[in-house]
Amino acid sequence: MLATATTFTIEGVRGREILVEVDVRSGLPAFNVVGLADTAVREARERVRAALLNSGLEFPLKRVTANLAPAYLRKTGAAFDLALAVALLAASGQLPPGALDGVAVCGELSLSGEIRPIRGAIAIAQGARERGYARLVVPVQDAPDAALVGGVEVIGVPSLQRLVALLTGRWTPEPAQPRALRPQPRADGPDLADVRGQPDAKRALEIAAAGGHSLLMVGPPGAGKTMLARRLPGLLPPPTFEEAVEIRNIHSVAGLTRLPDPGERPFRAPHHTVSAAGLVGGGSRPTPGEITLAHHGVLFLDELAEFARPTLEALRQPLEDGHVVVTRGQRTITFPARALLVAASNPCPCGSAGGVCRCGPVARRRYEQRLSGPLVDRIDLVCELAPPAPLALVDEAREESSAAVRERVLAARERQAARLRGTGLAVNAALDGPLTRHHVRLAAGAVRSLLDGHGRLGLSGRGHDRVLRIARTIADLEGSELVQAHHVDEALGYRLPPALSEAG
Amino acid sequence: MTAACCDDCLRRGHLLGLLAPRISGALARREAPAGLLALDDADLVAAVCASPQRRAEAEAFLDRFEPGAARAALAELGVEAVCRHAGAYPTGLLELADPPAALFVVGGPERLRALADAPAATIVGSRRGTPYGLEMAEALGRGLAAAGLTVVSGLALGVDAAAHRGACAAPAGGALAVVACGPEHCYPPANWAVYEAVLERGCVVSELPPRTPIFRWAFPARNRIMAALARITIVVEARDPSGSLITADFASQLGRDVAAVPGRAGAPHCAGSNALLRDGAHVILDAADVLDVLFEGSGPRPEPPPEPQLHDERLRRVFDAVDAVDTAPEIAELCGLSASEVRAALGRLEAMGLVRRGGAGQWTRKRT
Repeated sequence: MLATATTFTIEGVRGREILVEVDVRSGLPAFNVVGLADTAVREARERVRAALLNSGLEFPLKRVTANLAPAYLRKTGAAFDLALAVALLAASGQLPPGALDGVAVCGELSLSGEIRPIRGAIAIAQGARERGYARLVVPVQDAPDAALVGGVEVIGVPSLQRLVALLTGRWTPEPAQPRALRPQPRADGPDLADVRGQPDAKRALEIAAAGGHSLLMVGPPGAGKTMLARRLPGLLPPPTFEEAVEIRNIHSVAGLTRLPDPGERPFRAPHHTVSAAGLVGGGSRPTPGEITLAHHGVLFLDELAEFARPTLEALRQPLEDGHVVVTRGQRTITFPARALLVAASNPCPCGSAGGVCRCGPVARRRYEQRLSGPLVDRIDLVCELAPPAPLALVDEAREESSAAVRERVLAARERQAARLRGTGLAVNAALDGPLTRHHVRLAAGAVRSLLDGHGRLGLSGRGHDRVLRIARTIADLEGSELVQAHHVDEALGYRLPPALSEAG
Repeated sequence: MTAACCDDCLRRGHLLGLLAPRISGALARREAPAGLLALDDADLVAAVCASPQRRAEAEAFLDRFEPGAARAALAELGVEAVCRHAGAYPTGLLELADPPAALFVVGGPERLRALADAPAATIVGSRRGTPYGLEMAEALGRGLAAAGLTVVSGLALGVDAAAHRGACAAPAGGALAVVACGPEHCYPPANWAVYEAVLERGCVVSELPPRTPIFRWAFPARNRIMAALARITIVVEARDPSGSLITADFASQLGRDVAAVPGRAGAPHCAGSNALLRDGAHVILDAADVLDVLFEGSGPRPEPPPEPQLHDERLRRVFDAVDAVDTAPEIAELCGLSASEVRAALGRLEAMGLVRRGGAGQWTRKRT
């Protein structure tokens, strides 16, 4: 007798439908799994056998053949256990005919028959909805996440016995409730008020947060670069529901044990020894890289000059496109990668520019050359940090809180959203050349500022548009519809130093 | 064209190239007598060749030296030798106790003669110049060349290179680089662009023949030539001790003027140049000060650049703070302005061409 169950596997950050066919017929007792299954999938035979017997069900002493379709796709992991078990039950007549119609089943079995949690429940639920399944069975721990995706009835099931009860109609549970996503930003996160001084960097962070502009912080060790970068997610508006679901999905697919709080944006700070595949995603079974894990959040590259150059170059295209395309074998997988880039660097190899720097001119030039490159050329804002002043550390002066800055950022973002309605864009940083010139209206004095910039600073076309976009954001922060001369001036002040720029 | 170098001097020049490693060894063993380079050929060989074998080698070289072949080899490299008996030889060098017998020149003896005929100023300083020091060196090089002077320096990194760059960017004047290796190749290689710019309008000269590598003793020897070539030696940012101070020392021994650009008191990177000022060196704030020293105010004096008219109070305060401190946060602190005001002012000043920024975000006033 033949039966088919449906399950889902993860491809990139999306669910992909897999059909599990089980054929049971007379012959020498055997259990074979075919269809490009890896070791973990083939071991499912032992788990399924033990789980069935321990749940008081029957394991047929017949010739059992299971096929995972489509057969060309390599299957990995233990999430096929549950589908294999129910298909076997249906094929051996232990489930009524039609019990598996319109149901997708995902879960890992323990020998006792309990169902263990899996990765990527949200992606699986999205896949089930797209393929038109009415009902999705997932481990009970994953049900609240899977239920975030509407349009499919999610049932959380703790054990194989319960699942059989469900499929035979003896148990009729309520569909799982979606996990509550807190819309408020968390109040106990790192706060900007913890950082004493550094008004220049704080201002740059505010502009970066308001317009989605990438940022490079240059400053001596101990000035608080990392501390400031960690506070950037808290300056951004809290993620929308869709963004929060997307963030949670990516982190769940990647198998991270600590998923981000629903109200917070991810902050990823990969170490500078990270490989290109680790940063943008890859591997023989493509997994998301750091830039994808930072999707809708902040990607922080500390000690930018220490990163391998090919690694940084790999980052350039994703940052521009907002997604990564990984091609492995016959498959091409797209990962989302819309992250705000923040980088930090020492001013010179010894770490302290100015009076006490002990670096030779050659070493300093080499350091600048290591920093410069196509990636740095795409950084919008460059700010400097002062060395930490001992007085400022004990200063009791009230520093502005993250909440106060976020207010202004939110107001500026609303203004941008209103202006960009219909373009599908949200922030000034995303404007391309024609849109920039269309949306950035310059006051008379600002035109002169910009012309000076062309003449004396040798601004390139790209540099020109970049200054306009940043000036637009600064004007948005100030609530001005017209971009004034001092907005352009300030944008010019945050330009990349010529020594670090390749294109000028 | 007449031969610019007599056979004996040519032989002496090449002998120095042959003995360069021996001199190094003798100095390391502290066996070298004072005034080594003033000795005649035989005494020099005797003084620096420790083993009889080395001595025989050097004597054989002297005996078998073929001026014709040597000249042909030089011509192939585009190098010409000018000896102290030739008209193109800079007369200032003859005041030295140990003038180089021959100078190996890239750029041609005629050009060297023109460069030596004009009044010359030597600009030297730290290889690790601060942005301020480099700006000053470049502005001095440019201003002095524009006034028709020959700007002499040593083609080292930092201040030297900046002075050469300034001189080469000027509408007039000449650039003369004195190097401590063979003149046909650029040391340090990172300065190749400066090397080529100098050759566009001036000469690169050396006491040592082509293909001589770098030896430590050759630097002070080169410094004596730089000091003797010019009527004034200007030190921009020197540590203490430093090669630039050796050059200044030679200059004062020759009775030439010594001058320095003031730096921040107590800062180690300009301790040497500041010490010169305390000891009575001329204070140099711009190129016109140099001309005042040389011509006692009677020479060609260019108009000093007008102080920029900054009507905006904020711009003026920020402009005044640039050079006093380096980075934007420090400027904000000094001026008591907000971060965004300082950024706007810096952006404006940069667009006006009054300030510039370095790779690590240090802001300096623009002088050239």
